[in-house]
Amino acid sequence: MATAAFEPRIVAFFCNWCTYTASDLAGTARMTYEPNAPVVRVMCSGRIDPQFVMKALHEGADGVLIGGCHPGDCHYQEGNYKALRRFRLLKRVLGQLGVENERVRLEWISASEGDRVQHVINEMTGQLRALGPFNGARS
Amino acid sequence: MAQKPKVAFYWCASCGGCEEAVVDLEERILKVVDAVDIVLWPVAMDFKRKDIEAMEDGSIAVAFINGGVRMSEQEEWVHLLRRKAQLVVAFGACAHLGGIPGLANLSDRQQVFQTVYSDVPSLDNQAGTVPAVQSRVNGYDLHLPEFWDDVKALNQVIDVDYYLPGCAPPPDLIWKAIEAILAGTLPPKGAVLSPNKACCDDCPRKDTKPDRIELTAIKRPATHLADPETCFLAQGFICMGPATRQGCGMPCIEGNMPCRGCSGPLDDVFDQGAKFLSAFASILAPKTEAEIDALLDQIPDPVGTFYRFSLPVSLLHRRKPGVRV
Repeated sequence: MATAAFEPRIVAFFCNWCTYTASDLAGTARMTYEPNAPVVRVMCSGRIDPQFVMKALHEGADGVLIGGCHPGDCHYQEGNYKALRRFRLLKRVLGQLGVENERVRLEWISASEGDRVQHVINEMTGQLRALGPFNGARS
Repeated sequence: MAQKPKVAFYWCASCGGCEEAVVDLEERILKVVDAVDIVLWPVAMDFKRKDIEAMEDGSIAVAFINGGVRMSEQEEWVHLLRRKAQLVVAFGACAHLGGIPGLANLSDRQQVFQTVYSDVPSLDNQAGTVPAVQSRVNGYDLHLPEFWDDVKALNQVIDVDYYLPGCAPPPDLIWKAIEAILAGTLPPKGAVLSPNKACCDDCPRKDTKPDRIELTAIKRPATHLADPETCFLAQGFICMGPATRQGCGMPCIEGNMPCRGCSGPLDDVFDQGAKFLSAFASILAPKTEAEIDALLDQIPDPVGTFYRFSLPVSLLHRRKPGVRV
């Protein structure tokens, strides 16, 4: 039986005010990009509990993308700084657990950067396609 | 005279501290012995596996099992006790969460054997002998239990009725659990037999925690002496209190040591380490990547710190198989 080519599943957590609005802009502007990253809208990147990332990987995601407002632009003043600190620490934990660097990514994308959403999702999908599935949490 | 309920104690991958905790009941142990018949307790009494196998299924009232499960023999024992016991209580952090032995999930069997039987500098093993499940020595066939790649918490191997948290569970918590079992006042199945509140909620240092903490340095008990009255987190020590449930009585805090998280997470938390990571990162001061990374360099072993007791029950369970870090 021929096996279908591997298509990574990426869970994207985008903040309501910047990155989600940017992905909306990308759609409105008829930009096309890889369909591998369904978006979960959260009010702020500071709302993203590291458990969400772990749970996504545990439940079968091959990668997790977090999108928030640029530093200084957070609708809630400093949620994105909290997100950045959690992300930097989480990356160390994930590294010790053998989760490859490309699988979990944080990007600052403002509401006007629809093209950036397109670029990041295309790039990450390509990287994970090359890297293969994440099967780390099966037991 | 009515027959007394039968009780079994068993140990798997553990250090013996949980056995010590039972003895620490002091004279209350006499009340336990008055009320129940102990049918198995390898550390203290001479019963064999065949004695348990000969018992009717369900004839043991309660089995207290401590330790993580990391070998085939332990798996066989806990399945046997599950059959024979009406109630199984995961006793202590290792049975509850995987415990400190669970940090071996950062390696696998081959790496553990390599370290223990080859790399340790004080070792003299020129023949390169490693344990094998089957071997033939002087005409005899010898069998050893199989050593697994993973350490598992008890509920990853058998159905568990209750959990007694802690490393080791404190005598008062054990006593309350025994009273509840004898009186038939246990909470619903699956409960952790300790209060569902974070340690910080009742910490004796609670009033010294400022409204806002912004850390610029991370301290360790090995390198810094802590002030004996101020909140550890406010001082820059990693204290797992915000992500750890109560029940221990906080002897570590009284001994001027930050909480290490042995009682495990509160109900509804999937992953104690990730939850603490989230709280801790939010009280760091830096805002740029370079400054954040410089501060985080002061945590030499994040998994060993945040998942000191809970790696096997965390969402990812272990290091990804096949990946060498």
